[in-house]
Amino acid sequence: MAQEIQDVIQNPIIRVRDITVQFGTTRVLDGLNLDVKRGEILGFVGPSGAGKSVLTRTIIGLVPKVAGHIEVFGVDLDASNGAQRRGVERRWGVLFQQGALFSSLTVRQNIQFPMREYLRVSQRLMDEITMAKLAMVGLKPEVAERFPSELSGGMIKRVALARALSLDPDLVFLDEPTSGLDPIGAGDFDELVRTLQRTLGLTVFMVTHDLDSLYTACDRIAVLGNGKIIAAGSIADMQASQHPWLRQYFHGKRARAVMG
Amino acid sequence: MSGDPKLERIAKGNALALCATGTWTASFAPVLERMVADAEKLAGSPQIISIDVSEIAKLDTFGAWLIERLRRSLTQGAVETQIAGLSANYSSLVDEVRRVKATPVVETSAVTISGMLEQIGRAVAGVGGTVAGLVDMLGAVLAASGRVLIHPRSFRLTSTVHHLEQVCWRAVPIIVLITFLIGCIIAQQGIFHFRRFGADIFVVDMLGVLVLREIGVLLVAIMVAGRSGSAYTAELGSMKMREEIDALRTMGFDPIEVLVLPRMLALVLALPILAFLGAMAALYGGGLVAWLYGGVDPEAFLLRLRDAISIDHFIVGIVKAPVMAAVIGIVACVEGLAVQGSAESLGQHTTSSVVKGIFFVIVMDGVFAIFFASIGM
Repeated sequence: MAQEIQDVIQNPIIRVRDITVQFGTTRVLDGLNLDVKRGEILGFVGPSGAGKSVLTRTIIGLVPKVAGHIEVFGVDLDASNGAQRRGVERRWGVLFQQGALFSSLTVRQNIQFPMREYLRVSQRLMDEITMAKLAMVGLKPEVAERFPSELSGGMIKRVALARALSLDPDLVFLDEPTSGLDPIGAGDFDELVRTLQRTLGLTVFMVTHDLDSLYTACDRIAVLGNGKIIAAGSIADMQASQHPWLRQYFHGKRARAVMG
Repeated sequence: MSGDPKLERIAKGNALALCATGTWTASFAPVLERMVADAEKLAGSPQIISIDVSEIAKLDTFGAWLIERLRRSLTQGAVETQIAGLSANYSSLVDEVRRVKATPVVETSAVTISGMLEQIGRAVAGVGGTVAGLVDMLGAVLAASGRVLIHPRSFRLTSTVHHLEQVCWRAVPIIVLITFLIGCIIAQQGIFHFRRFGADIFVVDMLGVLVLREIGVLLVAIMVAGRSGSAYTAELGSMKMREEIDALRTMGFDPIEVLVLPRMLALVLALPILAFLGAMAALYGGGLVAWLYGGVDPEAFLLRLRDAISIDHFIVGIVKAPVMAAVIGIVACVEGLAVQGSAESLGQHTTSSVVKGIFFVIVMDGVFAIFFASIGM
């Protein structure tokens, strides 16, 4: 118990150190360091093609890295054995950019898929929890029996979020959750992420391009450029920064429109 | 950390408190569900029941829902069961699950005899639809060819050449290898059985007629249906899934003209070439076995072959090839364009593309056999 409390206080939930990722001769991430604190919503921004999704996929373990190490929940993912790794995977949820719902399963089966694999719970409880998750992400119960091909873009994102949350993870990765949503839908989604973070005590790692999301949902912002984190801090820090890309990003026409 | 979850009953006069302690999370869900089911039996007792959750060490959606489920089943008439001792951390989670309505009943269709009969009926009725779909596609392809003939500049040469490379050039090694082996096997079997009648040399007649008329083209057509028909269906199917075909349509292009016609043309050109190469490879393999295993030397083999076969045999074989290619191509494209949104549907249509392709190839071969027999070729 004492050990665990120390963990909570001292250790960030994700600790990335000197990560280098290379595709052929192109170096995408170059000695990158990043900490994500427990319970925060971290917004991750950067120019298109800077490697935001690559970093997310590297942390999750989908992209191999050349150098550096990554700790999630205090477990070094390279040094971990299979059981430890599965333990970590069970505690995180991932929302992919396109939703990545299993197209041959219904919404209900999609959400129940991780439960079926990791937990031994009755069908009745799974059905009830599925309905609870659907309600949490703001979908009607009727959606449960539909297939992903019968859903709209916004609904797909919501179902994918419900699936990412199905095991009550401590950490969720959201890859551009509001892209392709209308402004009202995107605003609802930000609000939803905030609410879920409060109710479930989530830590959220959110890759985004959406200035509104940064202003309304994120506690802290990290900026990626030239394969490194060029700035990290609150929205006020970002606005005060003198970095040329940041100045353009946070003082451009669209940023002014968002700030009103 | 705080050990197994428990639900203790503490009676205080007329009131009963259910004290929940420990970790109420997904990992303990089976235990929790059993405890909650036990406690649900208290419903209907005259006591006022409250659920005390102040001692819960950890709560997630699963735990919160089970507490909510318990509250709902204990609530009776006007007596509301209370949840007491809710910490600020967890109250929003419990409020969230409280809003959830009861689970709608999931419809499961039981297996019944009438259901099975209905399925058979639908499958039979579906055959008509399949044939109509094929004829529809044939018409669309012919109409597109007509348009291309009138405006030759709209013909997609690059695409056709690309597909020709895929279905013809790259198929040569495997087609040649397999037909070579089949030729060897036919010759070996022929020699083995004919030798008992002292009729070794007739193996050349059998090999020549069989390979040129039937085996060469049929075997190659079946292999092409498996190799290229499935590829066409998968390509068109995934393009359909990703709305690429709709995109083409909105830009004013006809998918038949852009996607189907080059593929069909490539296949119709490829199959005769492959059938010819296949027949040659099979004759070569058969000749080799006849020489090494049967003792028929190459000179005798060629001499006998010249007597045994005529150009008619070759024509009968090769005439079938473009027709079979058209059948394979039409089936593959119809199936590809029929793919729905899911990966499962793509798999089903690719399977049925190959199965139907091979079926129609064999049916066509039978029709041709009747036709050639009646015109005496």
